[in-house]
Amino acid sequence: MNTLLFNLLTPELILADAALVVLIAGLIPFTSSHRGMILSLTLLGGLLSGAWILTHPANYSLFGGMVVLDPLTQLAKVAVLALSLIACVFAYGSTVKEHFAEYLALILFSTIGMMLLVGTEDLLMIFIGLELTSIPLYLLTGYLKKSSTSAEAALKYFMVGGVSAAFLLFGLSLIYGVTGVTSLRELAAITRTTGTDPLLLAGIVMALAGFGFKVAAVPFHLWAPDVYEGAPTSSAALIASGSKVAGFLILAKFLTFGLAKTSGSAAWDLMQAGWLPLLALIAAASVVIGNLAALSQRNVKRILAYSAIAQSGYMLLGLTAANANGVASVLFYVIVYAATTLGAFGVVAIVEQRRGGSDLDHFDGLHRTSPGLALCMGIFMISLAGIPPLAGFFGKFYLFSGALGSVASVHDGSFGLLWLLIVAIVFNAVSLYYYVIVLKHVFVAPADDAPAHDRACHCGVSAFVGLLALAVVALGLYPNALLNPIQNAIRSAVANPAKALVAQP
Amino acid sequence: MSNSLTLLTFIPLIGAIWAALLPSKSTGQLRFAGLFTTLVALALTLSLAFQYDRAAGGLQFAERYEWIPSLHIEYYLAADGLSLVLLVLTALVTPFSLLAFGKGLSKLAVVLVLLLETTLFGTFTALNFVHWFFFYELSLVPAFFLIRLGGTPKATAAATQFFIYTLFAGFAMLLGFLAIYQATHTFDLTELAALARQEKLGHALSAAFPAFSGWISGAVFLGILVGLGVKVPVVPLHTWLPNAYTEAPAPVSMLLTGLLSKMGVYGFLRLLYPLFPGLMFHWQVPLLALAVVTIVFSALAALAQRDLKRIVAYSSVNHLGYCLLGLFAVAAATHADTVNRAAAMNGVILQIFNHGLTASALFCFIGFIEKRSGGLRGLNDFGGLREVAPVFAGLMGIAIFSSLGLPGLNGFVGEFLIFKGSFAIAPGATALAAIGLFVTAVFLLTLIQRVFAGPLAERWKAFPDLSTGERLTVIPAIALMFVLGIYPQLLIGLFNPTVLKLIF
Amino acid sequence: MTASYLLTATIVSAFAGVLLILLLPMRWGGAAKWIAFLSAVTGFGFAAAAFRAYDMSAGALPLQFGVDVPWVESLGIHFATGADGVSLVLLLLTGIIAITGVLFSWNVTRQPRAFFALFLTIIGGSYGVFQSLDLFLLFVCYEVVIIPKYFLISNWGSTNREYGAMKLTIYSVAGSALVLLGLIGVYILAPGRTLNLVALSQYPFPVAFQLWAFPVMFIGFGVLAGLWPFHTWAPTGHVAAPTAVSMLLAGVVMKLGSYGALRVAMTLFPQGLEYWRMPLAILATIGLLYGALVALAQRDLKFVVGYSSINHMGFVLLGLLTLNSLGLSGAVLQMFSHGIIGGLLFAVVGRMIYDRTHTREISVLGTMGLAKSLPFAALTFTVASAASMGLPGFSGFIAELQILLGTWKAFPVLLIFTMLGVGITVAFTLRALQKSFFPALISGETAPAPAPEPHEPLPPITFPERLGAVILMAATIGVGLFPKVLIDPILHSFESSQSMMHHLIQGVAR
Repeated sequence: MNTLLFNLLTPELILADAALVVLIAGLIPFTSSHRGMILSLTLLGGLLSGAWILTHPANYSLFGGMVVLDPLTQLAKVAVLALSLIACVFAYGSTVKEHFAEYLALILFSTIGMMLLVGTEDLLMIFIGLELTSIPLYLLTGYLKKSSTSAEAALKYFMVGGVSAAFLLFGLSLIYGVTGVTSLRELAAITRTTGTDPLLLAGIVMALAGFGFKVAAVPFHLWAPDVYEGAPTSSAALIASGSKVAGFLILAKFLTFGLAKTSGSAAWDLMQAGWLPLLALIAAASVVIGNLAALSQRNVKRILAYSAIAQSGYMLLGLTAANANGVASVLFYVIVYAATTLGAFGVVAIVEQRRGGSDLDHFDGLHRTSPGLALCMGIFMISLAGIPPLAGFFGKFYLFSGALGSVASVHDGSFGLLWLLIVAIVFNAVSLYYYVIVLKHVFVAPADDAPAHDRACHCGVSAFVGLLALAVVALGLYPNALLNPIQNAIRSAVANPAKALVAQP
Repeated sequence: MSNSLTLLTFIPLIGAIWAALLPSKSTGQLRFAGLFTTLVALALTLSLAFQYDRAAGGLQFAERYEWIPSLHIEYYLAADGLSLVLLVLTALVTPFSLLAFGKGLSKLAVVLVLLLETTLFGTFTALNFVHWFFFYELSLVPAFFLIRLGGTPKATAAATQFFIYTLFAGFAMLLGFLAIYQATHTFDLTELAALARQEKLGHALSAAFPAFSGWISGAVFLGILVGLGVKVPVVPLHTWLPNAYTEAPAPVSMLLTGLLSKMGVYGFLRLLYPLFPGLMFHWQVPLLALAVVTIVFSALAALAQRDLKRIVAYSSVNHLGYCLLGLFAVAAATHADTVNRAAAMNGVILQIFNHGLTASALFCFIGFIEKRSGGLRGLNDFGGLREVAPVFAGLMGIAIFSSLGLPGLNGFVGEFLIFKGSFAIAPGATALAAIGLFVTAVFLLTLIQRVFAGPLAERWKAFPDLSTGERLTVIPAIALMFVLGIYPQLLIGLFNPTVLKLIF
Repeated sequence: MTASYLLTATIVSAFAGVLLILLLPMRWGGAAKWIAFLSAVTGFGFAAAAFRAYDMSAGALPLQFGVDVPWVESLGIHFATGADGVSLVLLLLTGIIAITGVLFSWNVTRQPRAFFALFLTIIGGSYGVFQSLDLFLLFVCYEVVIIPKYFLISNWGSTNREYGAMKLTIYSVAGSALVLLGLIGVYILAPGRTLNLVALSQYPFPVAFQLWAFPVMFIGFGVLAGLWPFHTWAPTGHVAAPTAVSMLLAGVVMKLGSYGALRVAMTLFPQGLEYWRMPLAILATIGLLYGALVALAQRDLKFVVGYSSINHMGFVLLGLLTLNSLGLSGAVLQMFSHGIIGGLLFAVVGRMIYDRTHTREISVLGTMGLAKSLPFAALTFTVASAASMGLPGFSGFIAELQILLGTWKAFPVLLIFTMLGVGITVAFTLRALQKSFFPALISGETAPAPAPEPHEPLPPITFPERLGAVILMAATIGVGLFPKVLIDPILHSFESSQSMMHHLIQGVAR
């Protein structure tokens, strides 16, 4: 038992150890290679953790689903871990100069929270995981002590986050109150027989509000632009990538695995009470408001923030499929999205370093000074806009077809969710405008004076940006590489649930 | 030589390419290229005329290849007497015009004239509508630029007017033939003529367009009539003509009146009459009226002109009106009236040739006058030129008398045959048309009088007579006028069998 | 089928060119055009070889030179290509425009690598669209074309380039959004989650679905084909674009739209087509009239050409909607024809004239005596104008003739307006030709002294330009004289009973 428990949580433990080591390393006064050393330690810990997960495939659950280790969670953990580590690398090249070790340790702590979050099927653990993830993120956001925007962002993030956590907790306790269970699988079994209870619905709505905050969906999105803009770029990158993957995966599991029977329907002509209509509405609102608000932004980070809101809308739309296929599409998309947006933040980090800001004007003529970086930015933006042959397009296609196909009749060719799809596709077309505006500054606008200050080598950051760009292209051309593992994992999670480990004396 | 007609068609094209490759400064080489090409074409045409089996008549030298099978369009050409007359005319007038350019011959002019000759040869031999239309429309491009050679803004406007008129008329005709194609699924003119002879064409049209069965044939007929009428031109559609003929350089006007207008008349004979004999019979009164109006109006208009070129331009319309008169009379006759119909038809074809020869000669002379007067060509600008330029006056006088229809010259025989045939068939119209004859005489004689007789103005004291080159240019044409005036059988023999086929 | 590599090789040659150019060191940027040229020639070579090898004795199904490789197996997406006559004609067109486009871009010296890489990307995408047999693949290739257009125009363009580029991009994306909507619907309804066009063309989609999916997809594709009133991107985009891109836009990209409308919207939804045919035909007719009328009023020569594209594409769309073999084959032939002629017109206006005179105002050009200073440009523009008017002897004539005949059968009333459109086409073409090249005179014979030329002598027409112009002129005249070469394979793909588009003709056989 103890060894098994140890086995199940080894990756998280390795990370925790790594974080402690990093903290200690930060206390030892070193020479110039100080930050590099700390980064190396962080990466080493992360890689060990990842390697452990990859070499120990398992299919167990512990404490009635509080900790689940199956292909799906393992996949998600690897993804979250990878994204966080890349964020660490970006931090190395970013504006965070002081207390670097603490900064990285916080990232690692947050990552542990994410990994616990994705590795659970229990309401209680969901809440704990979310908080474990969020609290380090609040700190990471306000890390630039001397920057008022950073402080403002952190405060805003913390306030809204706290309130939403309260909502979530309230919602979860209502669900527990109605059903008497906290395990998602048991919840599914119970709701299958009891059907929809108004109180249960109230709980679900509250919980959705809490999750909505996590994934920055309208109307719980207001923190996002300020946080993305004010936080250190690497923090924003982490919020936009790893935290998003974890949040969406758990939301998908919560709704699809736990509450499938209370979904109701969001079909245009036969709306039924349940979480689907609400979700569909949130999705539509996110898509519309996110995309429209992004049009008028002048700062690339803010553009990315509003784009993130819109992209959340697409993913929520994917969840309206309310089936395993939908979960697969959401997982695929969120991973691709996270990689893309992370890459974009990497570029922003470099530009910020070199030119002292992330306004659109700071990107002018990037293609002259660093063509490779410009090309990568092009790939990220075009992928976000959903233009083939990049991964973003395939992801959207998968999302949209999954959602539309969930309520469709082959006989009369009607689609219940067509309205939602139309909103999504129309505003996806709108979104191209602001992505292209970014690219216009990168490629078309002339570089008036290429500021040469701080020509520090960003080799590490650039290399990872390049890798992410390559991944986005590769996943667009050959989506199977990610799609097949995801589909297999989900198939296994549905058909072959993790075996409960019985506690031994 | 089974491909002789194709060869003929493309000889001028090859010449045009040759000329295009020559340096633009060397007028001598260019003139040689142009003349050589056109003379080769003339030789080939004449040899075809001699090879033509007059006893057998009908279409000969046929060539037929699939072109666009999906639309049943073939590359189909052949020549009968009518075609040959026009081929010979084309082959004659083109070198005539090239010579008339004299020193003003530019590279562009040579190339365009040769291109025009290709399209003319093509038009006069094609027997599939699309094939025919192809060349008919294509002739607009060189003609357009040739008119612009006039070099003045007015010439530009005239060229545009000419182009637009003719092109739109072409559309009307195209539309008509598209309707025919919808009904019969063929563009083959001989097949269509055969259908028309069996009176199936109208039925086919009515059947294909049940909603308009009452008037579809009429509409198609009108479309084609308008299309060809602009090119001839027929009177209400003629307004482009005086401008174009006047503003174009004289050698170009020679081509326009001598050859391009013949495309229209040829179209009447080849397309309209064979396809719609019934309708032409049915509508004989308005058609004859049209011809009469054309004749009389243009004659009166010529009378009112003060510009030599415009006078000749209107007289050209007038002369072609006779062709139409003859043709419409033939259509109006009862079938049995063979003698008169044959006479009129022979007259029409002869008139085509004669007018081509005479009118181009007249324009050639006016061109010479213009060159001497520095562009002046008003009727009242001259006088007494006979004294200083007797050869000029004499030769041009012959041309004018030929145009008048003086017996012994070529113009007479054609007009005589037309009037003889038509009068028997449609006496009223023919009598009215005779007014035209008188008026023509008046304005042509006025022209002679004002230009050549009377007191010699001071400024024309140094008016040079025809140079050797100019004499060489016009004398063949004048000689031919005499030959045909005296021995018209030379031509009639060529096309008489065709005429008999046409009217039966 | 043998030689199935031929089609794929066209795409590969284009993208191999892109890769090679991207790998070029910056110092060797000058070599980019040579790589692009080689790549274009290779691509054209493969397309031409496929065209030659096309076997008309076989049925049009299965499509020839087919390749079918699973791509995203679990979602039923394949890399499936194949060609019938229609595809081959358009592949050929793409090849020709690629070669001539590179030739007319020979003077691009600013960032040549990026320019030619983007250029070849568009070419590769177009090759892909014209041979895709999988709707997903088709859409991917269709979209690949969009973004490079933006950069080519906004970076290397001229008048109002950023506005034109953005407008064009937004319109394209809006159009493809509609297509995507239809595509997802098709994907969900099709049995076995396939997107194979041949299989889909045989599947009877529910009528209720067809009724909305057809207009959505047709208009979606139609945006790119300049369907009125969604055409407004075209003139501004064409004008803003650098020459080679104008040529591409008019020559190939607009054809992507009409090809998509035919191959996807019309082929998949015959009942929707039946229902929406008349309104769309009216739109097409309005487009061809409108394009002609507006062109008549333009003062910028490139705008004239831009609007003429809308006019010509109106013919294409109208021809497609006639649903008889005459109209359909005429429409496809017109796609080819307009591709060549439009390319030629833009080449003259954009490269030969504008790059030298730096103006496109017709009235200003008129004072320059272009016929004398640039006789080759004048000759080329004259030939292109004649072809554009639909004079016999050029490719446009046979195409428009077939479309007119087809229209007559299908929409006798629209024929009147169509003829009117033909007439106005002549008028505006002639007007542009005269006023800009031959304002008063063409020969020095009796000319008054030409207007004093305020500019230094214009640089002469270069060899690449001549070569490009000659290729295009040869193409339009060649097809005008021997249209059978193209019409036969086109008809084969419609009329052969073994054809995925056969039901288009049968469907309305009355």
